Amino acid sequence: MGAVQDFTTYITTASHWWGERGILHRSLEHMRLSAASVFAAGAIAIPPALALGHGKRGGFLAQSIVNIGRAVPSFAILALLFPLALSYGFGLGFWPTFGALVFLAIPPMFTNTYVGVRGVDPSIVEASRGMGMGPAQVLFRVETPIARPLILTGVRIAAVQVVATATLGAFVGFNGLGSYIDEGFRQQDDGKLLTGAIGVAVLAFLTELVFSLVVRRATPWLAPSRVPDVVPPEQVEVLTP
Amino acid sequence: MLAANGPNSFIWWDWVDRHRGQIKDASLEHLRLTLIAVVIGFVISGVLAVVALRFRWTYGPITWITGVLYTIPSLALFVLLVPLTGFTTLTGEIGLVSYTLLILIRNIVAGVDGVPASVKEAADGMGYTPARRFVAVDLRLATPAIIAGLRIATVTTIGLVTVTGLIGLGGYGSLIDDGLKRTFSTPIVVGAGLSVAMAIVLDLGLVLLERALTPWARRRVAT
Repeated sequence: MGAVQDFTTYITTASHWWGERGILHRSLEHMRLSAASVFAAGAIAIPPALALGHGKRGGFLAQSIVNIGRAVPSFAILALLFPLALSYGFGLGFWPTFGALVFLAIPPMFTNTYVGVRGVDPSIVEASRGMGMGPAQVLFRVETPIARPLILTGVRIAAVQVVATATLGAFVGFNGLGSYIDEGFRQQDDGKLLTGAIGVAVLAFLTELVFSLVVRRATPWLAPSRVPDVVPPEQVEVLTP
Repeated sequence: MLAANGPNSFIWWDWVDRHRGQIKDASLEHLRLTLIAVVIGFVISGVLAVVALRFRWTYGPITWITGVLYTIPSLALFVLLVPLTGFTTLTGEIGLVSYTLLILIRNIVAGVDGVPASVKEAADGMGYTPARRFVAVDLRLATPAIIAGLRIATVTTIGLVTVTGLIGLGGYGSLIDDGLKRTFSTPIVVGAGLSVAMAIVLDLGLVLLERALTPWARRRVAT
């Protein structure tokens, strides 16, 4: 296979690892953008989801956020933000990609947090109230810890999707691992194409792995098999009437 | 700038008018790529779900493998396939189909598992053979879960088809790609908007299909 050879030649050339266009710099940029997007989306999504889940209201809102998030393709958002970012002076690359990724990351975190908190057994909440806890204590000392596995799963789903989708940022000028794919297409260079594709895939799997470990560590009382599962969509179906 | 209706506006209706043919072709191609992926994905998932239901131990490995496929970023998967299958529909479809598998298999298995044991026992007592019971009772009662899976898979696939524009396939992705290359927002807005519209329409169609296939659910509401 010529392509595989192109790939091994590409990544075993030391100069391809260093500098602005090197594998290291691009991997770090990819991770930096992903982390920033997940943090921003978490800050936007999780507090209202906690509040709504605690009050057991807003189920329709949660369902709508998920449906909209699923129906609007992230590539389309990225593409839409590109001319907007240019005309409002945010420039190429980072900001339009960041915007699209935040949009992408909000639904899984919002829904999982909402479903997790709302789903806490009412008798436990009642018992906590009976022990004299106020609403804030019930939320932060009872409901949030019980919902933690689901919340963290939401963050994990979001993070994996963000790492995957940050690849597309290359097409609006973001200098991450997707840039190898963009350049590979333009230069018809299989080595670069595979470097980008494999690099992104590895990063996505590492993200998945790290978060699985975090979820497990953060919820020692759950047997491994009871840690909620990988895939986003099903979680959401809990909400449909 | 957003209000003006010219080459620099957010959407330039004159362009839309002059490119009706191109937009129609992109719509048909987008629909075709989506339907092929969902139909093939559904067939493969059906077979794998039956295997998983019949031989329980295979469910773990099946969801693990389809989970790995699901985790591979879509563009990366398309690109990895390009050296093997070129810039073809086949490349796109392999990727698109593999993303539907996990969603569909899990919903089919969960749906069949959710059929109450008493119902299965009653069917057995009425003399249903296992195979007939599976088709006539288990699968029918699992219809809502299966259609929920199809809805998710369909809407997700419509979004992913936009990415196949980057590997040179038609569909709304080609409009979006065109707009990106020229920094011209109209085709981007058109492609994005129509892709969302297609997702909503097909989702609604599946909801209606579910209603048609599960008349008992409506009757229960009525009483």
